[in-house]
Amino acid sequence: MTGKHQPHTHRHTIAVLVDNEPGVLARVIGLFSGRGYNIESLTVAEVAARDNLSRITVVTSGTAQIIEQIKAQLSRLVPVHKVVDLTNEGPAVERELALVKVAGIGEKRVESLRIAGIFRAHTVDSTNESFVFEIVGRSDKIDAFINLMEPLGLVDVSRTGVVAIARGTQPL
Amino acid sequence: MSHDHDLNGAEILLKALADQGVEVVFGYPGGAVLPIYDEIFKQNRLRHILVRHEQAAVHAAEGYARATGKVGAVLVTSGPGSTNAVTGLLDAMLDSTPMVCMTGQVPTSLIGNDAFQEADTTGITRPCSKHNYLVKDVNDLARVIHEAFYVAKSGRPGPVVVDLPKDVVTAKGRYIGPDKVRHKTYKPKVKGDIAAIEAAVDLMAQAKKPILYLGGGVINSGLEAVALATKLVKMTGFPFTQTLMGLGAVPASSPQYLGMVGMHGTFEANLAMHDCDVMVCIGARFDDRVTGKTSTFSPKSKKIHIDIDPSSINKNVVVDIPVVGDVGHVLEDMIRVWKAKQLHVDEKALKSWWREIDGWRAKDCLRYTKSKKVIKPQYAIERLYELTRDKDPIIATEVGQHQMWAAQFSKFDQPRHWLSSGGLGTMGFGLPAAMGAQVAFPEKLVIDIAGESSIQMNIQEMATLAQERLPVKIFIMNNQYLGMVRQWQELLHGGRYAESHMDVHPDFVKLAEAYGAKGRRVDKPADLDAAIMEMIETPGAFILDVRTDASENVFPMIPPGAAHNEMLLGPEDEAEKPSSEDGMVLV
Ligand SMILES: Cc1cc2nc3c(=O)[nH]c(=O)nc-3n(C[C@H](O)[C@H](O)[C@H](O)COP(=O)(O)OP(=O)(O)OC[C@H]3O[C@@H](n4cnc5c(N)ncnc54)[C@H](O)[C@@H]3O)c2cc1C
Ligand SMILES: Cc1ncc(C[n+]2csc(CCOP(=O)(O)OP(=O)(O)O)c2C)c(N)n1
Ligand SMILES: [Mg+2]
Repeated sequence: MTGKHQPHTHRHTIAVLVDNEPGVLARVIGLFSGRGYNIESLTVAEVAARDNLSRITVVTSGTAQIIEQIKAQLSRLVPVHKVVDLTNEGPAVERELALVKVAGIGEKRVESLRIAGIFRAHTVDSTNESFVFEIVGRSDKIDAFINLMEPLGLVDVSRTGVVAIARGTQPL
Repeated sequence: MSHDHDLNGAEILLKALADQGVEVVFGYPGGAVLPIYDEIFKQNRLRHILVRHEQAAVHAAEGYARATGKVGAVLVTSGPGSTNAVTGLLDAMLDSTPMVCMTGQVPTSLIGNDAFQEADTTGITRPCSKHNYLVKDVNDLARVIHEAFYVAKSGRPGPVVVDLPKDVVTAKGRYIGPDKVRHKTYKPKVKGDIAAIEAAVDLMAQAKKPILYLGGGVINSGLEAVALATKLVKMTGFPFTQTLMGLGAVPASSPQYLGMVGMHGTFEANLAMHDCDVMVCIGARFDDRVTGKTSTFSPKSKKIHIDIDPSSINKNVVVDIPVVGDVGHVLEDMIRVWKAKQLHVDEKALKSWWREIDGWRAKDCLRYTKSKKVIKPQYAIERLYELTRDKDPIIATEVGQHQMWAAQFSKFDQPRHWLSSGGLGTMGFGLPAAMGAQVAFPEKLVIDIAGESSIQMNIQEMATLAQERLPVKIFIMNNQYLGMVRQWQELLHGGRYAESHMDVHPDFVKLAEAYGAKGRRVDKPADLDAAIMEMIETPGAFILDVRTDASENVFPMIPPGAAHNEMLLGPEDEAEKPSSEDGMVLV
């Protein structure tokens, strides 16, 4: 199938365990850009210093056939240990952290603080005219929070991208 | 007595190559690799072939690898040396050819400073190599070289690049042997899933209109796999076809052979692919040159796909029974299971299938109009084949019409005798590839079937042939055109021949002489045999400049974007060519 632009695309969260070596992230990103796959979010950090392993969490979307290709292509990279489709093999927990800067005075300032409370966001910096909120949750929750902050003086956002882990007792 | 830790990087490199059984390296020196060349100078175990352009070094290593089944080795300098190698690397990548390419690099302290002849080689070659390494510590060097050879030849073979900063090859360090190196992550699965294999043989036994579709993976898998494929063909009596990369996997002289599949494959092979009810794809990858329009590709069949690379499965065509594994291992199990289950083919159905196929064969789709005045390109290949077949020549090709006629009109009864650039279609591949094969088999007849334009892309290698006394024969099918381009312009662009004609070409006979070789021109069909015999019998390299009919096109042809049953069989079909809008954008 010619594939990439067909209907029925689904969002998948894929965990990739890799050797923490130079160039490994470039290999993964190059694979996505070179083959025309989507990256909605990508995070990477070392997770097992002793074994020199990093874990990449990538959120992508595509038809079932494209998702299979993405996993096969990732598995084919030489420094890749393991590829797990958390969406298929679920259930999994997904979280993202965002720092959200809101500037304003008076009513808007009060309102932003109130909404932050509802979303269980923490205030990690404040001046007389601004707050920085730290919010953790699913991406859609963070989207909603940012949308609500927009009219209240949103000036800056920094997001980590999604990290995810399977529920239950088993390792990746 | 030298201790293991007394070695410098260059010595370690040469020791590692020796332990990997490397006998020949194709290369070109420069500042960054001088310490390595110094070591090469001091020894006489490893043979170095000095090419005239780094691209040719890589193609030569491909030719060597494809003709021998071994891993090819290349050594080039930093910067322009490594960028010149890039086309060859991608060529090897797309055709799954095992190779290790060592590139020089500026000293680690200068990396990132835009130093003289610095290139981000690992960055540039990442998408055109199977894997690559930048060695930053001399103590990693031996391990990396051993890993590189392991990765290059395991699983789906491919090119591996090892970038070597100059300070690393001069520093002293420790050597370790190949037996001490085990790869942490890369362990391709070679045994196929037995349940899938059982399902596959059951399906084959029920088939009424089966076809075996064999590709380059059969040859990649090795000589045992090749023997097993022939066994499967004989055991089942099924018709089989081969891709451009699979030519010679199973002997073309088998009565069950339908010829090549795909865009310029035979009528019978493509119709059998289209109408079959069970397709067994063995080490082939459903390339778009083979499938044509995928939505109408073999619509009635159940498909079995044996491939070592899971990413080849369901990439272009969705299959019913995938078997991930090495062709040799999987075929061994298939034949064993077939026998253990005492399966039989459906003889009656197969008979009527063969009757249908024989009807298609009767079309004689490779037929062409003979001429006494001009040399028809098809005739040129036919004569070359007939006059050399007793010598089992290794045939390399460039890219274009001549390549397709060479594929259609030479018959290969053995693997590793056909060297052609399939996936990348690199003009300039043939001469250096032939050179690499000739290095491996100095006594054998090696012929590059070339176009007059392709040959000029690496013509400088005539000098390498002379220096190394390699008797490669260059058979130029000279139509004065970028013939394949002209053909597409005729069929798809209203005969507007934009930039596909070259008014000026060198005098190839004089060119041969300038390089210390012999040459001859021939333009009459009656003189062709004598000219071919002169080429074969003259010792040393030879250019035969064969003036062919410039207006000839390659048929059959499945126009881009068309289905297998919409083939053009000859000039008479050109008028009714499907001029699909979709097809125009395809390459
Ligand atoms: C001008 C031009 C015209 C062309 N026209 C045609 C044409 O008409 N017909 C045609 O067939 N081709 C044609 N080609 C070539 C085409 O582009 C492809 O290169 C070719 O079809 C691919 O061959 P293949 O499927 O055998 O795959 P290869 O490229 O040889 O790939 C081998 C496959 O086998 C797998 N494999 C490798 N090793 C093993 C193993 N040990 N065990 C199991 N699997 C393994 C690999 O993973 C891969 O999927 C043309 C090329 C050019 C330049
Ligand atoms: C490096 C490179 N550039 C361009 C092409 C596109 N191309 C494919 S075939 C061809 C014409 C080849 O001409 P020639 O070698 O004379 O062979 P002919 O088709 O005439 O037999 C061209 C330009 C290519 N395959 N490779
Ligand atoms: Mg030509």
